[in-house]
Amino acid sequence: MANPASAPVRAENLVEVSGLHFDRGGRMIFGGLDLQIPRGRVTAIMGPSGTGKTTLLRMITGQLRPTAGTVRVDGQAVDSLGRDALYRLRRRMGMLFQNGALLTDFDVFENVAFPLREHTQLPERLIRHIVLAKLHTVGLRGAAGLMPAELSGGMARRVALARAMVFDPELLLYDEPFAGLDPISLGVVLRLIRRNNDVLGITSIVVSHDVSEIAHIADWCYVISGGVVVAAGTPAELAASRDELVAQFMSGAPDGPVPFHFPAADYRAEMLGD
Amino acid sequence: MGLVRDIGSALVGGIAKLGAAVLFLGGILRSTPYALARPRLISAQVHNAGVMSLVIIMTSGFFVGMVLGLQGYDALARLRQEDILGAAVALTLLKELGPVVTALLFAGRAGTAMASEIGLMRATDQLSAMEVMAVDPIGRIVAPRFLGGLISMPLLTAVFNCIGILGAFFIGVVVLGVDSGAFWTQMQEFVDPGDVGEGVLKSFVFGIAASLIAVFEGYNCSPTAEGVGMATTRTVVTTAIAVLVLDYMITAFLL
Repeated sequence: MANPASAPVRAENLVEVSGLHFDRGGRMIFGGLDLQIPRGRVTAIMGPSGTGKTTLLRMITGQLRPTAGTVRVDGQAVDSLGRDALYRLRRRMGMLFQNGALLTDFDVFENVAFPLREHTQLPERLIRHIVLAKLHTVGLRGAAGLMPAELSGGMARRVALARAMVFDPELLLYDEPFAGLDPISLGVVLRLIRRNNDVLGITSIVVSHDVSEIAHIADWCYVISGGVVVAAGTPAELAASRDELVAQFMSGAPDGPVPFHFPAADYRAEMLGD
Repeated sequence: MGLVRDIGSALVGGIAKLGAAVLFLGGILRSTPYALARPRLISAQVHNAGVMSLVIIMTSGFFVGMVLGLQGYDALARLRQEDILGAAVALTLLKELGPVVTALLFAGRAGTAMASEIGLMRATDQLSAMEVMAVDPIGRIVAPRFLGGLISMPLLTAVFNCIGILGAFFIGVVVLGVDSGAFWTQMQEFVDPGDVGEGVLKSFVFGIAASLIAVFEGYNCSPTAEGVGMATTRTVVTTAIAVLVLDYMITAFLL
């Protein structure tokens, strides 16, 4: 298995995280995290719940600033950028939020059109063309007139994916893209992530717990635990890992270095006690 | 000792929050050009904060005016000065009750709606999504609501005052028999533009305070159901206190 701290050297890195430290509410989230995201690849970030995977995405987009260390996107230190420079950088990114984060005042069409209306002066006909094409890609062109409240969780996430792709960004960040999807939608989203990468050359970072699903599309995986990268490699390399934590995570075993139970008093004593 | 520490801690917390609100206002002002370039966003908020508040403002104004008519008639009748009822009611409404009661009603109707709407957007990551899409949520969401509230407050106050005077007219002239000509003539005689100006100034200041508190609380709430609820409650409580304190300060300054 590859050294976790070493970069995959198959391509130039679009995102470089080095010596990242971050505390929140007195709790350490990252304690010297180092990782690199190669350009034009699908990179998976995995790890037990609460290890800061979503926080890492928010640092890459500049929504959170590290306590120490740097996050560089295309060579630019995100935390040191001014507002205008940060917004210019963000226009080259797209992010799929866990819950979709659709704007509830707008229908599906306007949600997808929102970035285009905000950042371009494109004619209405072209906006309509682009939006319907993106919605068609996620299979929801027929839902263009629906409001977010009328969508299922999986549909909302697919609309959010269409919105994230509407500018054909260089970097797409997916936060738990498979959660709550039915098998058909799951297959579509999996193929879409891979196709974005293969056809458009988009760099993808996928945060997910779905080990078996992510293994189909990821070129490289990082496993984060305790605020640092504990393992890195291809899905096959991680699946064959003999590291206890990685093996537990990949197999979903309840017993191992990561306890299933939150720290508590003895079960028997607590249940039988007064 | 513990009590002193608690009071000190609350005082420091209050000052820190006031400072944060002032910085937030600075952020809104910086993003105002963005909102002004999209007048539809502002007009939509004038509709939400202003037009949608008309029913409660008009209903309350009419009843407040009727109460002022009854109380004013009762007091003035003892001095045999019923004819100046119109002037007394108009001065009370224009200088004091109109702006204050409108601001309190505004906080309860429009302020809570603003705070909970923005808070819910925070809780559902809509504001974060805008940030990632390189859209400034202060300019797109907060500034139009702030400006909408700012524009609506003086207009609502004017409506409240007019309806209140009509309520007093109904009680004083129609029900209790005060002379209609005296009602309006005395009002014209005693109310000068400075009195109207004082009310307009107060309504602007209260509009700034009520709108700022609502958007500040909503934007900075905890992203949970409880957090949104608490932000809504704080909006009403803080606005009520701020309006009454500002009312005293403006009155003391102008008299």
